[in-house]
Order: sequence, then C-alpha cells, then structure tokens
Amino acid sequence: MSEPILSVSGVEKSFVLHLRGGARLPVVSGAGFELHPGECVALGGPSGAGKSSLLKMVYGNYRIDAGHILVRDGDESIDVASCAPRRLMKLRATTMGYVSQFLRVIPRVGALDVVAEPLIGDGIPREEATGRAGALLARLNLPERLWSLPPATFSGGEQQRVNIARGLIAHRPLLLMDEPTASLDAANRQVVIGLIEEKKRAGVAILGIFHDAEVREAVCDRVIDVTEFAKAA
Amino acid sequence: MNATLPSDDAPLLVAEGLGKNYGTRIGCRDVSLEVFPGEVLAVVGESGSGKSTLLGLLSTELAASAGRVSYRMRDGALRDLAGLGPAERRLLMRTDWGFVRQNPADGLRMAVSAGGNVGERLMAVGWRHYGNIREEATDWLGRVEIAADRIDDDPRAFSGGMRQRLQIARNLVTKPRLVFMDEPTGGLDVSVQARLLDLIRSLVSEMGLAVVIVTHDLAVARLLSHRMVVMRHGRVIETGLTDQVLDDPREPYTQLLVSSVLAA
Repeated sequence: MSEPILSVSGVEKSFVLHLRGGARLPVVSGAGFELHPGECVALGGPSGAGKSSLLKMVYGNYRIDAGHILVRDGDESIDVASCAPRRLMKLRATTMGYVSQFLRVIPRVGALDVVAEPLIGDGIPREEATGRAGALLARLNLPERLWSLPPATFSGGEQQRVNIARGLIAHRPLLLMDEPTASLDAANRQVVIGLIEEKKRAGVAILGIFHDAEVREAVCDRVIDVTEFAKAA
Repeated sequence: MNATLPSDDAPLLVAEGLGKNYGTRIGCRDVSLEVFPGEVLAVVGESGSGKSTLLGLLSTELAASAGRVSYRMRDGALRDLAGLGPAERRLLMRTDWGFVRQNPADGLRMAVSAGGNVGERLMAVGWRHYGNIREEATDWLGRVEIAADRIDDDPRAFSGGMRQRLQIARNLVTKPRLVFMDEPTGGLDVSVQARLLDLIRSLVSEMGLAVVIVTHDLAVARLLSHRMVVMRHGRVIETGLTDQVLDDPREPYTQLLVSSVLAA
C-alpha cells in the first residue's frame, strides 16, 4: 500500500474553560489513524463524540495537548501539532483543503469570486479561474443570475453549494469535509457524490463527516469510530 | 480567508524585546514578533492593552525604552531602524511604508484637495510631471471608489468613509511594502465599514502588502489577518494563526475577548 498522506497518533485534546472556573472539557484521547491517497474515510459516532473537533485538529484550527498529526507535503512530513504557524499556512495553501459546514460570507464579494479565490491563490489567471468557478457552479445547479451576488442572502442549500465549490475547485491532496451535503436536495447530493468520486480517482484522500447514509455508502471506504477516542478522554 | 500567500520567507520587520515606559507606567513590555512579506498581522486587545504603543514603536514614531526593531531594506539587508539617520528614516516612511490612522484628519492634509493628498506622496518620491501625477491620482481615487469629479474637492467636504478611503489611496499610491493600520474602521457605520474592509482586503492581496493592523474588533481581524497577537497589560499573551486564536483561544483573557463578541 502507498505511504499515508495523513498519520494521526496519540492525539489528546481537552478544552479548559477559564470563564467557567477552569472546567476541563475532554474531547479525545489516544486518537490514532491513517489515511492513504485515493481513499475516503468517514468519522463516525453520535453528536458530541468529537468528530468535528477532530477534523479541526487535523486542519490545525484546534490546537492539541499531546500527540502528532503528520501530513505529507511532497517529500516532507509536517506535524500540524508543532509546526510554525507560517508552515501551517503553506500546508493549507498547497496540500490540505477544508470544506466547512457553513460558508463564512465576505461582505460584497460575489459567489463566483468566492469560488475562484483558491485558484487565484494558486497563481491561475483570473479569467481561467472564474471560468472554472462558473463551470463548477453550473454543475452544482446554482443559477447563473446568482453568480455575481454575494452569497449572504442565498438559501442554506445555495450557500452550501458555493462552499463546496470553493472547497473542491483547487487540487489539494488531502481534503477534510464537514457534512458537505447536509442542506442539499437529492439531485445536488448526487452531484457532490460525483465530485467526491472524481477527487478519489485523482488520488485525493478525504476525511469527512457524512451523516447522510446514502452519501456515506456511496463514497466512503471505511468508518473510524470516534467514540473509541472519546471513551478514553 | 486570504488565499494569496507570500513566497518569500525572510521577515520584513523584526521586533526583539521591545518595551516602552511612560514614566513608571508600562506601555509595552518585552514584545518580540516578525512580519513577513505579504502577510497581515493583527494586534488585538482592549483599550489600554498597549496595541497602539506597539504600533508606534514598530513604526519608529515612538522611541523604545528597550529592545529594537529591524527592517529588511529593498537591497535585502536587515537594518536596525535606530541606526538610520533622520533623512533615511523619512525616505523609508514615504516610499516603503504607509500608516493609515483611525482618524483620517490625522493622516490627511484637510485643506489640500483629494488629488493633492494623493499626488503629494508621489512628488515626495520624485514624480515631477503634473499630468502624470494627476493621472495617477485619478486612477487611485477610482481604485478606492471616489468619483473622478471629486478630485479637486478637499477632504473636509467628504464623509467619514470617503476620507478613510482617501487616506488609503494616499498611503498606497507609492506602492509601499509595509503598511501600519491603527483601527482603520473604527468609528464608521457598519455599512461603510464593510465597504472599507472589502477594499482593504482586495488591495492588500493584489499588491502583496505586509500589514500590521491594530484593532479591537475581532471580526475585522478574522476577515483581514493571517496571524494574530493578543495583548494585555502591555505584553503579548497569545499568538497563532488567526483562526486558531479565535476558534480555540487558550488564555483566560483571550477566551474572555472571544466570548464577549455579540453574534449578529
């Protein structure tokens, strides 16, 4: 089997709530797993088990108390838990993408530009970037009359499609997805399934939370039970 | 949020053990940080935490009681700013640096026309041809969304938001590499703020500017900055990527700051 692109070991995390008298809120303990190129792995377990938190730890959004989160970046292996902030910025810009559950809207920036931004960051000319953004939004059935509008006023499903397009438009060898289909109808779920399958064929490794059984069965190769890590915490 | 990343990995500005006392009162103590090309660093904390003092020290407007600030000159050499002569420092501030102040009246010449405010910076770097200066000034007014027919009006006739956009044009026209911003959106209506933020955000990424922005508004920091330092009582108490500090704050004071924001 190929080298893992993501290798998580001994990860421990709790939140210390200083405003609540220093209460300690354990999240996970002894979390460990690996992810290989081209596979899609679901984090499973009930609400509150720490699935989203674990995804955020891998992205470096949440800091951890112990353990290692190694991401392969070309010939290098970078530990998200201990690398310098600027190295993590670079890792996110080239290797690791994150599709959050909700779109963080930016005032006055239209949907097409929101989606094209990662490509422009990669150095792709604006015209080509917006062209590809338009094609992806069309595939996700977002009406063209919405493309120039800032997504703040869009419906939940429309915003989620803009968010998915933004998260999937550029090539990142490791993708983290938090409920990418939560507010989508059946037709658009199928489009997202197709997009994920294409990513897998391109060798992208995907770690995600997929509550929708239909999507999970269609794209996921295996499930990691997060309750095992939560139990120990 | 900002997708463009700097490729150069030598710091542009380096502060080491920086401190400032006002008599017996401490303005700022033992601050060390680095700012890289193309990177936006937010300095957050409540009023009196030492944010503005730090900005004053970094920009050499205030003399440090301790420590030093170094800057990478265009020739690539890192120079201790205390070692620059007054003429060298003035040139640096006019050409390589910008400073956007909270109150536009402090950063603009209020009795000089909008075009003059922008053109003056160009003349300071050696532009002499009137037609070229006016053309460049008009172009910059357009970039900050001020109509060309306002070029001969002076900023006293402008709204707060327009004045702030004019101040930005005045600072960016010489294509600086580093811009200091002190609460640039403070005191503006939210709708005016959104427009200004969007403008700053796109200009910073298009021009690849390094920015040190002082703000007490965490939403502004979230939107504009890559990295963040949190200050309290004159010290840096927490640093990290902006999303780490805001989503997983560790220090009691940072947790208080983050939890005190009202969600609209």
